[in-house]
Amino acid sequence: MFFQQLVNGIALGSTYALIALGYTMVYGIITLINFAHGEIYMVGAFVGLFATAILKVNFFIAMLIAMLVCVLLAVLVERIAYRPLRKSSRLSALISAIGVSIFLSTLAQMLFGANAKGYPEGVFPVKQIHIGSAEISTLQLLIIAVSAILMIALEFIVHKTKIGKAMRATSEDYNTAALMGINVNMVISFTFALGSALAAAGGVLVGLLFNAVSFNMGLMAGLKAFAAAVLGGIGSIPGAMLGGLLLGVTEVAGVAFGFSSYRDAIAFAILVLVLLVKPTGLLGRKIQKKV
Amino acid sequence: MGDFLQQLMGYINPYYLQIIVNIGIGIILALGLNVVTGLTGQLSLGHAAFMSIGAFTSAILTIKLGMPFTVNMVLTGFITAAVAALIGLPILRLTGDYLAICTLGFAEIVKVVFLNLDITNRALGLSVPAPNTTIPMPIVVWIVVLLTIIIVSFIHNSRFGRALMAVRGDEIAAEAMGINVTLYKVQSFALGAFIAGIGGGLYAHFMGYINPSDFGFLKSVDILSMVVLGGLGSITGSVIGATILSAAPEFLRFMANYRMLVYGGLLVCMMIFRPNGLMGGISFTGLVLRTLGLKPHMRTIMEQKISESETSGPGNGDT
Repeated sequence: MFFQQLVNGIALGSTYALIALGYTMVYGIITLINFAHGEIYMVGAFVGLFATAILKVNFFIAMLIAMLVCVLLAVLVERIAYRPLRKSSRLSALISAIGVSIFLSTLAQMLFGANAKGYPEGVFPVKQIHIGSAEISTLQLLIIAVSAILMIALEFIVHKTKIGKAMRATSEDYNTAALMGINVNMVISFTFALGSALAAAGGVLVGLLFNAVSFNMGLMAGLKAFAAAVLGGIGSIPGAMLGGLLLGVTEVAGVAFGFSSYRDAIAFAILVLVLLVKPTGLLGRKIQKKV
Repeated sequence: MGDFLQQLMGYINPYYLQIIVNIGIGIILALGLNVVTGLTGQLSLGHAAFMSIGAFTSAILTIKLGMPFTVNMVLTGFITAAVAALIGLPILRLTGDYLAICTLGFAEIVKVVFLNLDITNRALGLSVPAPNTTIPMPIVVWIVVLLTIIIVSFIHNSRFGRALMAVRGDEIAAEAMGINVTLYKVQSFALGAFIAGIGGGLYAHFMGYINPSDFGFLKSVDILSMVVLGGLGSITGSVIGATILSAAPEFLRFMANYRMLVYGGLLVCMMIFRPNGLMGGISFTGLVLRTLGLKPHMRTIMEQKISESETSGPGNGDT
């Protein structure tokens, strides 16, 4: 029972972590809470759905297509809605992000209708594996595996490549990085692209897991992923992974203990409690007060 | 008096009446949030939670106790403020975006709790009986709007308001000047909640039906957009922002399905072209006085300063 719930929690949590990574990376670089990120995730789920249902491609190819479309969309959104506001107050950029979010979810509602749609059957062969008393579906294993691979790839990009170094430099100090000859605009676009690719993958995986894709799925998932990012310490990549997993596991545990009607509140209650003890999240850097 | 006003309201198209009331309630909420976010500089993403608490408190007071409307409103305000102070004490120690997410989390928790309580009738929502006043609701709402504007303007120019602005400017410097930062933050939070609670109470009694889901994240965002669009910290700005954003969905109704699409695009465009808000950095009273010729124009002041600094010579010219 415990093991079963743990696997359920980790599967759910890794999708939260995938979305949370996008929030945390963008925040780390331009301190913007990108509220449109949840919508990118929703678009990813839809693109994956159409790729499997209409183009009838393999599941993995569908995920790649979704990632590609979302990368293009996010870079476009950054160009149009955030770049002109980079020098103005952070709240204006926040409202702009909210505007984009409303725009995208309404667009999705108009294009795809208000009803939730499911992935076609047989996209991914779901089998149940028995380990002890627990029953684990291959789908859950797939989600955990894909998330793990993507996160390892992300760690590699951020820590071992030149562009990753530029990203870290830009998040350390935007102006100094620009002075050192880093093309800051390119780095920011790249950050948006990376985050959205992860969110799109998360969208396809969640679409498969719950077998429901709808225009408003981005809102709650986005808020929870944002909570996960803050829980881990916003701006910290390992923090987002940890926060996502922790929220997923506690949410599943809460439902298992019979608080299913409070499901959406569990994540936020944990968040508020953790922040009261550790005001900058679990792995966040201490904010130094300077006079 | 009451009958006459009721009759008067009868002449106005109920649809327009509803828009007018929505604008009024929007203004009240925006002014409340403006105290917290605009004046004190604390980003709150959960202002709708206080509206929700106010709406349900006043509804329950009316249903269970049948309280007179005025007493009900004042009591609602105080109860909401008390809740805000209780919540504010621990979470206002957080800074910046950590505070923002905490308020967001608090709002979600309030929503889910109300969706699960018997007294708020769970997910079905509450039907609120009409208030026992003789004055029609639209007029009550706009009286409250005027009162709020007056109170908030007094606060802007008071010792309390200046302390809040000092906290917004720099918390450490404010603390060094002897301002109890946490106390002032909690007070501004409670004041914002007081106003939001009354706004919620009015909303509940005007609409006649409330549901916890009405006061979700999107409502909070709506209110925040009004404040930022109008210009942070500007009362006139909040009024204008609230008017535009409350009326926009109605005026965009002819676009049917495209309505929210345009609304989203509108938010982005307004932010790109007026990043500091419509009234950001503009003093409304100053503007009025200048057009009336009662106050010298900015350019004349600048010219005066330049000529002064020229005559006083170099060395004194600290501009």
